[in-house]
Amino acid sequence: MRRSRQLLALRHRHPAQKETEITPSAEAPPVSVQNVSKIYGRTAAVRDVSFTLAPARFYVLRGENGAGKSTLLRMIAGLNQPTQGDVRIFGHKTKDTRAHVGYMAHAPLLYDELSGMENLRFFGELYGIRSDDVLQKAMQRVGLDPALTRRVGQYSQGMRQRLSLARAIFHSPQLLLLDEPFSNVDPESSTQIAKLLADMRSAGNTILLVTHQLGLMAELADEFLVLSAGELVSQTSSRRTDA
Amino acid sequence: MTNSLLRLIKANLAKDLRLEWRSRDVFNAMLFFALLVVVIFSFAFEPTTEESRRLAGGLFWVAFLFSTIVALNQSWARELRNGVLDAYRVSPAPAEALLLGKVVSNFIFVALLECLMVPLFILFYNLSSAGSIWQLAVILFLGTWALVINGTFFAAMSIRTRNRELMLPLLLLPVSIPAVTSMVGATTAVLTGDGSPLPQMKLLAVYCVVFTAASFALFDMVLNAE
Repeated sequence: MRRSRQLLALRHRHPAQKETEITPSAEAPPVSVQNVSKIYGRTAAVRDVSFTLAPARFYVLRGENGAGKSTLLRMIAGLNQPTQGDVRIFGHKTKDTRAHVGYMAHAPLLYDELSGMENLRFFGELYGIRSDDVLQKAMQRVGLDPALTRRVGQYSQGMRQRLSLARAIFHSPQLLLLDEPFSNVDPESSTQIAKLLADMRSAGNTILLVTHQLGLMAELADEFLVLSAGELVSQTSSRRTDA
Repeated sequence: MTNSLLRLIKANLAKDLRLEWRSRDVFNAMLFFALLVVVIFSFAFEPTTEESRRLAGGLFWVAFLFSTIVALNQSWARELRNGVLDAYRVSPAPAEALLLGKVVSNFIFVALLECLMVPLFILFYNLSSAGSIWQLAVILFLGTWALVINGTFFAAMSIRTRNRELMLPLLLLPVSIPAVTSMVGATTAVLTGDGSPLPQMKLLAVYCVVFTAASFALFDMVLNAE
């Protein structure tokens, strides 16, 4: 059931897709990272990392500060190019599958001078989404009131994080990349976000999340990937999956 | 140009105009800079009417060139706050829509500034045109486009460098010399009535076409450069 839903979703061609943009193959893994390294000057931020993510699973990327987690996530999102190696999303280059990927960075990626809905309307247009209903639903899913006219600059840190998540999910991406979505979020909102992510995984989406808050993740994650000094040192199933 | 590209350009333009309306970062910076240039030059020189006609073209375009530089840095800086440019880069929207939206919004800001500053130039320098006002309007249009298309492109190139305030003039000014020479020559020809401004206007039009095409061809690379 989950698989057929995913196949159906992948056949949908996004209106904002360029002529060259490819509808991703449902047979290919959502993420395939092969021998990827990222070198800045004389420093290797990521060294020869290889892994494959399966569909409809929740992955947590862990590691100490400076381990290369965010750099790796940015390469998967297509924001940075690997110095060596290859990243494929649903079997294609990252730039060809952008409509099917949601990305939430450590920074909120929002305009401070616009309200929440104004932000979502602008980003919605980039993905060919012009329906306010879709955008309002995304705001409601993260626990924000779409009628809020306050500018984002006046939002609390937690509200910004939630709006940033709404921006990453409003187009129902098959692959969701999240960098520290729980930072500066109060415990109640964290639980709400965790439930939303669990629902998305159940709906067939693949999630790769970078976090330090392992407490919440122990219940959600299917697998943990651990980076240390730029190298992938382990990829293990969670207790939840083992059970 | 496809419908979806036009919609994206419109969305980018509307967003830029809304951000500017609420913050007034760009327009205020340009206005005060241009005002200062006009006032300081008018105190520094006391030209006769004839001298004014010969000098005004140069003063006018130099004031707008430097005002535009001040504005362009601001217009890209807001895309870096909160890392918001990354949200554009991960979207399927083409880079050209961002460039054209920003070029048109910057063009509107500079054109508005010109509407305010031209009467002041006439007042401070006691100007009257010996040539056609329509030719002057075409020169203003082409000159503004030349400044804005190049400026927006090079501002995007310099935005992620550490000394972007210094880097933009270093990149932009040498490339703008042919355009500035044509703008000043054509404006002076219209104001003084000495010779035809048409050759300079043609040169300016060619410059606009070449640099518009080059900016569009290269902008995707600039936007995604690390």
